[in-house]
Amino acid sequence: MGDCLHCGDTVVGEGDFCCPGCDAAYALVQGLGLDSYYRRRALDPTQRSLKPDDDAPPRDFALHVRGDDQGGSELNLMVDGLHCAACVWLIETVLLRQPGVTKARVNMTTRRLALAWDGAATAAERIVAPVLALGYRLVPFDPALLNRETEKRDRALLRALAVAGFAMGNVMLLSVSVWAGHFQGMGPATRDLLHWISALIALPTVAYAGAPFYRSALGALRHGRVNMDVPISLAVVLAAGMSLFETATGGEHAYFDSSVTLLFFLLVGRYLDSRARSKARATAEHLVGLSATAVTVLDDDGTRRVLPPSQVQTGMAVFAAPGERIAVDGTVAAGASDVDTALITGESVPQAVTDGAKVFAGTLNLTGPLTVRVDAVGEDTLLADIVRLMERAEGGRDKYVAIADKVARWYAPVVHTLALGTFLFWWVGMGAVWQDALLTAIAVLIITCPCALGLAVPVVHVVAASRLMRQGILVKSGTALERLADADVAVFDKTGTLTLGRPELANADEIADDDLTLAASLAAASRHPLARALVRVRPGVALADGVIEEPGRGLVRGDVRLGSRVWCGVDDDGDHDGPELWLVRPGAAPVAFRFADTLRSDARDTVARLGLPATLLSGDRQAAVRAAADAAGIDDARAEQSPADKVAVLDDMAQQGHRVLMVGDGLNDAPALHAAHVSLSPATAADVSQNVADVVFQGDRLGPVAEAVHVARRAHKLVVQNFALAFLYNAVTIPLAVAGYVTPLVAAAAMSASSLVVIANALRLGAKD
Amino acid sequence: MDVLLYLIPIALLLGLGGLVAFLWSLKSGQYDDLDGAAYRILFDDDDVPPPPPPQKTHAPDQ
Repeated sequence: MGDCLHCGDTVVGEGDFCCPGCDAAYALVQGLGLDSYYRRRALDPTQRSLKPDDDAPPRDFALHVRGDDQGGSELNLMVDGLHCAACVWLIETVLLRQPGVTKARVNMTTRRLALAWDGAATAAERIVAPVLALGYRLVPFDPALLNRETEKRDRALLRALAVAGFAMGNVMLLSVSVWAGHFQGMGPATRDLLHWISALIALPTVAYAGAPFYRSALGALRHGRVNMDVPISLAVVLAAGMSLFETATGGEHAYFDSSVTLLFFLLVGRYLDSRARSKARATAEHLVGLSATAVTVLDDDGTRRVLPPSQVQTGMAVFAAPGERIAVDGTVAAGASDVDTALITGESVPQAVTDGAKVFAGTLNLTGPLTVRVDAVGEDTLLADIVRLMERAEGGRDKYVAIADKVARWYAPVVHTLALGTFLFWWVGMGAVWQDALLTAIAVLIITCPCALGLAVPVVHVVAASRLMRQGILVKSGTALERLADADVAVFDKTGTLTLGRPELANADEIADDDLTLAASLAAASRHPLARALVRVRPGVALADGVIEEPGRGLVRGDVRLGSRVWCGVDDDGDHDGPELWLVRPGAAPVAFRFADTLRSDARDTVARLGLPATLLSGDRQAAVRAAADAAGIDDARAEQSPADKVAVLDDMAQQGHRVLMVGDGLNDAPALHAAHVSLSPATAADVSQNVADVVFQGDRLGPVAEAVHVARRAHKLVVQNFALAFLYNAVTIPLAVAGYVTPLVAAAAMSASSLVVIANALRLGAKD
Repeated sequence: MDVLLYLIPIALLLGLGGLVAFLWSLKSGQYDDLDGAAYRILFDDDDVPPPPPPQKTHAPDQ
């Protein structure tokens, strides 16, 4: 017993490898002279194992290849199974050694491989073959389909940040000289020169780097609303404008550094926030992309072709092997099998299908191979119906106003009134010159530092999102954390959400150890989900030799059979829910293996930890739903809910003023996920559901839901604290400003201090509690 | 204070040069993979023996 030299799984019996694939992979690496890879690598248990996959769905790489203008070809692939940098090195080196390859670069952050070579698209298979043989999974994707908008916006923010940073550094350099000069007798000529140079740097910067804020502020104002960017934009523009006026008239104080520093700090907050979310979204896209399947199409003469789903048309015949997801809506043309519709309807009991039965895209073919004639593609499918239902359902999140904007709604008028009041006080009340009064009024505007207020929320969210991401919880939308914190009821789906969504052996305690091991040794020969469930109970079991699989029936080795009840000849009349397998041997009683979709191990604890009144909505039958609800500790459970039913329940709750947190995974949950106040879905969910959900969590446990809510609540407390700190700081400095004691030096010091305090407070979220 | 007349432009030019360099590096995609960049300095090309010389007669890919 040892660990496989290649993939690290346990090896049963003698030998250095767990399977022939690993043996071949090791030999390949040695043959290429790259064995330093093994010395350097650190296996990451959360990544997919490096066992070469013989049952991976077939892929046609050549289809996704694009030609470049010099006659070469390019291909973009997602990589599954990157454990550490040594894997990156290995993949790149192996690819670059292939003749003709001009570029092979793995992006460790996005886990994508960019490949380019001189030659035709057909060379794609040959070039990527060694990487597949080493145990990595490669999935081609079309870069045009990825969300480019956020990348462009992030880049624009980074450019604005760079310009603001350059300007801030240099303007501060000049400003500090001027401030020092106040104490050391700098003459007005020098001071004016330095002010003019500051103006030269600051004014273009304010125009360029402030653009994101102005656009947002104008957008809000056009709708008759005020958001946080309105006072920010006003402060920046007025500070710059007033400073220009002062410089032109030879005045003593110029606030160029305040306006540029303000821009810089706010851009930092905004950029980090946007980047944290982009990273979560990219990871979520990666997960969805990895599960994209290719469709095996049968031509009339029996040849098989592999096509991407978008190229499949009605009338084609599609082949679905046991254990594969059916990729189209259609009618069964040949074959008999059982189909698991959990992802579509939530039903946990598979349905038997034969010729003429209808099947839908997303269902899992369980027992036998099926040939399906395609009925509907694109807009006509069940999937499209559900998407339309989703679009009609009122999004519970669209009208949500972020807390920062709520604060801005009263903060802006108060501050503007104060500034106006200051102006009138000095001009009318104290009889000062109107320029001086204006100066003081604008100083009030600057000092009320939208800086700390503008950073209060983004900094906390960045820390929270990063902390959650480290635990495999991806927060995709901007206001998700706020909405998580104020949810007051929870709604769960059953199959795939509360449960794992795959069959597990349910009656292991009734079965003798030897029988279990014998059954597992036969089961290791099959990809069937029930067989795989058996192997999971006895991992590392050696495959018995001479096992023959009869599709739709079972596995046979000599006179030992493991399979369906009828084929094994068992006379059991009992009506048992759920799939089962029977093991028969001559001279021993038949042994029944019953499977069920079991609850996630921490489902009950999570529901309790959430502390919210919970409801279970499922498309499955009453008995199964009631059983699951009892096991999870949920009182309110409704069964046989269609997608529209689920939306109706959520609308009801919303009418009563509740803010619903919904957790779901199936296609039938997508409209409800969209209608909820905040939604989460596991990474094993249907594509549509993952895209709609605000938060996606990885792994087999339900705990991430409670963790996300817990972090969101703590984040909310810290945001409120940050706002309090910002207001406290304002309470101290506003009187100073009104009285005319605020100079650019005071403003700069105050701005920096308040920003640092707010950031330090936000970092408290990063620690485990 | 005559020294300022050439010190300030020098400071600004250097700063501007830094800004331009940053914007160029951003455009050429050097910020796309910060995790990977951190590890690439450890990649040891000396370990890898050079690829075999290309064959003169090479079957065309069809």
